[in-house]
Amino acid sequence: MHIVVCIKQVPDSAQIRVHPVTNTIMRQGVPTIINPYDLFALEAALELRDQFGGEVTVLTMGPPSAEDSLRKVLTFGADRAVLLTDRFFAGADTLATTYALATAIRKISTEFGAPDLVFTGKQTIDGDTAQVGPGIAKRLGLLQLTYVAKISALDLQARTIDAERRSEGGVQILRTKLPCLVTMLEATNQIRRGAMADALRAARAPIVKWSAQDAGVEDISKCGLRGSPTIVKRVFAPAARSEKAELIEGGEQPAEAVIDAIFKRQPGLETELAALARGY
Amino acid sequence: MSTAPKTTAPAAGRAATKKELPEHFKAYKHVWVFIEQERGQVHPVSWELMGAGRKLADKLKVDLAAVVVGPEGEATQSAAAESFCYGADLVYMIADNLLADYRNESYTKALTDVVNTYKPEILLLGATTLGRDLAGSVATTLLTGLTADCTELDVDADGSLAATRPTFGGSLLCTIYTLNYRPQMATVRPRVMPMPERSARPVGRVVSHPLGLVEDDIVTKVLSFLPDRDSAKSNLAYADVVVAGGLGLGSPENFQLVRQLATVLGAEYGCSRPLVQKGWVTSDRQIGQTGKTIRPKLYIAAGISGAIQHRVGVEGADLIVAINADRNAPIFDFAHMGIVADAIRLLPALTAAFRARLSPHSRDRIAS
Repeated sequence: MHIVVCIKQVPDSAQIRVHPVTNTIMRQGVPTIINPYDLFALEAALELRDQFGGEVTVLTMGPPSAEDSLRKVLTFGADRAVLLTDRFFAGADTLATTYALATAIRKISTEFGAPDLVFTGKQTIDGDTAQVGPGIAKRLGLLQLTYVAKISALDLQARTIDAERRSEGGVQILRTKLPCLVTMLEATNQIRRGAMADALRAARAPIVKWSAQDAGVEDISKCGLRGSPTIVKRVFAPAARSEKAELIEGGEQPAEAVIDAIFKRQPGLETELAALARGY
Repeated sequence: MSTAPKTTAPAAGRAATKKELPEHFKAYKHVWVFIEQERGQVHPVSWELMGAGRKLADKLKVDLAAVVVGPEGEATQSAAAESFCYGADLVYMIADNLLADYRNESYTKALTDVVNTYKPEILLLGATTLGRDLAGSVATTLLTGLTADCTELDVDADGSLAATRPTFGGSLLCTIYTLNYRPQMATVRPRVMPMPERSARPVGRVVSHPLGLVEDDIVTKVLSFLPDRDSAKSNLAYADVVVAGGLGLGSPENFQLVRQLATVLGAEYGCSRPLVQKGWVTSDRQIGQTGKTIRPKLYIAAGISGAIQHRVGVEGADLIVAINADRNAPIFDFAHMGIVADAIRLLPALTAAFRARLSPHSRDRIAS
């Protein structure tokens, strides 16, 4: 069995700061991490490989420095890492990103064998769109299972996969055919501690590096900024509310005075709260 | 880009921002909202989108259409009828029993076909698990732009959709255009747009469209559906009162102070993103851009600094009361009332005071 896992190296958004005067992103010193959601996808793939045999190939698109994230996934026991890096990919929106990644997965198929499964995280923490997984599936003609909480069965003879998919009001138990793309929900597993042997191997293992041309991109105008139907026209910080918050020095006031201030500001709230509180 | 504000961040300013809409896209007209129906229920986000879509359509002087997809029968018919009460000028309906359960293949075909046949300029979907699964597939099939999780939708002077969403992990906002492709697609999360008034209106024009599939064409099968137990459901997004905590609580144990106040108020509890990332609280309780958007009558934020990521999730609240020890915390820029205090000390006092104030006994006293 061959599984491809798509990951993304992202800035640790918890540590992004906006310059207070210029309102621009202060990128210096913001560490990059593997998109946390992708680690659930990677672990799910590694568990299936351990159970059924085969190989896990991890793919990422990004700047040359994204190699750091690929070294990291090798320490977790991934068998192969592919870095898709080219200035033509820069500025891609989700549609251009799926074009590049789908092209690279086709190349992975010819070089290392067609994947039975492609995994992604449910979304990234920098873009938060959750669109790239479904987009890759559509471009490669794969079936898709998104927001998967659990893969309950995999039958390599019958080529079927059963999964629990989170939907709005409950859980759908779905059966579909391989090859299939799966996006994993968070908190569905715990990424393993890498084995010492894998850590040693990771330090020296070659990383497959492909440019757009290496990956077999036929139409460069479908990549990066040029291939993106959406454009970012304006980036800005939201304005502060024109009316400043009414500040109360809570340390010096009894809680009753705070409650009085709330009810004074919103008459009618007290009756509603009393009704709500009675409901408990 | 002469109108670009001085706040331009690196991502802006590089793109070709000229509008050169190809001839074949000029036939694309009208604003559409996908009406999300799962297991006989219309998701409220669909009506919220109808409210937003109505404004866009009025500004563009075009029609607002609802796209109702579902099984044959009463639920789908009533979803279509309701669409008129929420402002639809017409309804496109694909009713087929193969659409009883959401499946990516059948729903993607249904929506893509109707778009290709009737050509809308704007298509809005809810950013739910169903809407995101579907929107990504449809946009890729149509090779058009899709802007996820918008917090504001508007049309420009030249009629383009201006879709604003948080970016850089919710640190800034950006406005995104799909200038030269159609339809312009956007998703919006539940509760981001206000629920519009429903007004009783007769059923108008309904255009039926065939699905054109048989069961054997659809590979994916639904083996079963396990509905969430009521007790497991959090009603956070639609709650009237919400109490939430952030890093200012200092330790996971202190989060119970938030839950205790919520219980006394009959409220739902929530938290900011860092608490989920630290594993103190489960992700279904996260409030903000990547969690739930809320519109309660009263929102009490304790020890939350107020990053943009959080702000966009709570701005629709009628009254935001922020408790923070740091008087310069950004949350005081958008709260209505700020209390400069240590949340760990104030929360128990508030809980006790609210309990005394709201108990039936004290209500009787007020009444007499």
